[in-house]
Amino acid sequence: MELSDELRQLYQEVILDHHRAPRNYGNLESYTHQAEGYNPLCGDQIELFLRVNDAGIIEDARFTGQGCAISRASASLMTEALKGKSIEEAHTIFERFHHAVTSDPTAPIDADMLGKLVVLLGVREFPTRVKCATLPWHTLEQALAGGGTTTTE
Amino acid sequence: MSLHSLQTLAYDVERIRQDFPILAMRPYGKPLAYLDNAATTQKPRCVLDAMTHYYTHLHSNVHRGVHFLSEHATAAYEHARDVVASFIGARRREEIIFTRGTTESINLVAASWGGAFLRPEDEILLTVFEHHSNIVPWQLVAQRTGARLQVVPLEPDGSFFVERALEAITERTRIVAIAHVSNVLGIVVPVAPIIEHAHRVGAVVLLDGAQSIAHVNVDVTELDCDFYAFSSHKVYGPTGIGVLYGKAELLERMPPYHGGGDMIRRVTFERTTYNDLPYKFEAGTPPIAEAVGLARALEYVDSIGRDAIAAWEERLIAACIEQLEQIDGVQILGPKRGRAAVVSFSVEGVHPHDIATFLDREGIAIRAGHHCAQPLMDFFGIPASSRISVAMYSTEEEIERASTALRKCITLFRP
Ligand SMILES: Cc1ncc(COP(=O)(O)O)c(C=O)c1O
Repeated sequence: MELSDELRQLYQEVILDHHRAPRNYGNLESYTHQAEGYNPLCGDQIELFLRVNDAGIIEDARFTGQGCAISRASASLMTEALKGKSIEEAHTIFERFHHAVTSDPTAPIDADMLGKLVVLLGVREFPTRVKCATLPWHTLEQALAGGGTTTTE
Repeated sequence: MSLHSLQTLAYDVERIRQDFPILAMRPYGKPLAYLDNAATTQKPRCVLDAMTHYYTHLHSNVHRGVHFLSEHATAAYEHARDVVASFIGARRREEIIFTRGTTESINLVAASWGGAFLRPEDEILLTVFEHHSNIVPWQLVAQRTGARLQVVPLEPDGSFFVERALEAITERTRIVAIAHVSNVLGIVVPVAPIIEHAHRVGAVVLLDGAQSIAHVNVDVTELDCDFYAFSSHKVYGPTGIGVLYGKAELLERMPPYHGGGDMIRRVTFERTTYNDLPYKFEAGTPPIAEAVGLARALEYVDSIGRDAIAAWEERLIAACIEQLEQIDGVQILGPKRGRAAVVSFSVEGVHPHDIATFLDREGIAIRAGHHCAQPLMDFFGIPASSRISVAMYSTEEEIERASTALRKCITLFRP
């Protein structure tokens, strides 16, 4: 059984790697921002912690929770991308990623701007799975907005 | 050779598949293996034709006109009621109420019967494996009346002991509302002793038949259940219609659920008198074409033979369990035996959604998620599971394709 091109795009080696061995997985002892994300459709759930210093820089980002390969890899890649960024930059990354991942599958990708996150764009061919990729990111926005629970469906 | 194997030998699944046009679909260029039948079943051509014929030759509103078409539409709609009554063994046609589906049927009983007869501290008995549609309506009426929900547990290994249900029935139990067949575990609940015991304490029993109607030979009179609810779309009929069977003496005493046209005898602004059964519970223009389609679907099922279908499906499910058990890391939810048409499982380290997406691209449709049974997922301590569910047109080859694809999928995620 050969994998289709779309499946190969969706489950790229980088994604599988971040799924099997997620980076920044675990609780953060002293955090300044926290939020939970929940997708009632599939039961996926994530808790995100950020430590932002006085200069407004994200010093550390971690997550826990249960989810599919896409949401786990997305959370893992996201926390990597956030470390060392200012809150403003974090919002910008969110905007860019969200815009790209919800765009038409044929729309061109600005790979330079997205960096490593481009591997998540295979999800554009799978409309029912886009929410899996965006769940950690909506949770990020929630955390930066002051915490609580965000729900995607 | 046993009667059972003779039956499945004579079963011509290829001929049956010819009756279902959608099975010829090729998603992503692959042959469709539709294994999500617990969510909804596909429709045979005769059902589609019956509905087209109805709209082409008979359509009008029912019970209202004196003209030619109205008489024909009314006759077709009422004939459908007779077909349903006979299919489930109801004694009287007025015990068959057409609703929008299982969900509305249960809501009707909860709101009408529950609203009228439940008192504070009364107990409503459910099981831990109920579908949300057999939980939430009871919570709503419990909040209104002060009644309490009681929940029959499963054994730690996921098997169901009927003794647990019998123990849970008390002097305070007013209604037992349980799935006849679990949509996640496929367990066929041995309802006879539960019904008998409930009646002994003066409680009534509602069976959620959403998953039993297509797979188990149901006779409500023999079962002696008080209510039986099902959806047409789960038994090869159209969406948008379902049935509530209720014993006439109970339905007579229950207040109307919805108000409107057709359910009244005489309306003044001061006072309204209600129509007789079943019309008291059928406010507004009913789903007429859907009733015609449902009746045709039930006739189709009987033309194949319910016992033959059940034997075929049992064989498929046994094959499915056998193949899944051989795959490393696969955990089948619930007992291995005594189930109908449904197998749910979880796979260590691989999320159900990834499995479903992977299989989908092979043309194989299975379900991933909580299956509208979150309390049951909580019981197993998992957020979601994968589910394979078969129907009369499913084949062993489809099961094999699913298990082969599953092996491949697991290799991808867990090399
Ligand atoms: C056991 C059970 N009960 C109730 C329902 C609800 O049926 P419907 O959505 O057709 O009203 C379902 C359907 O998924 C079911 O499986």
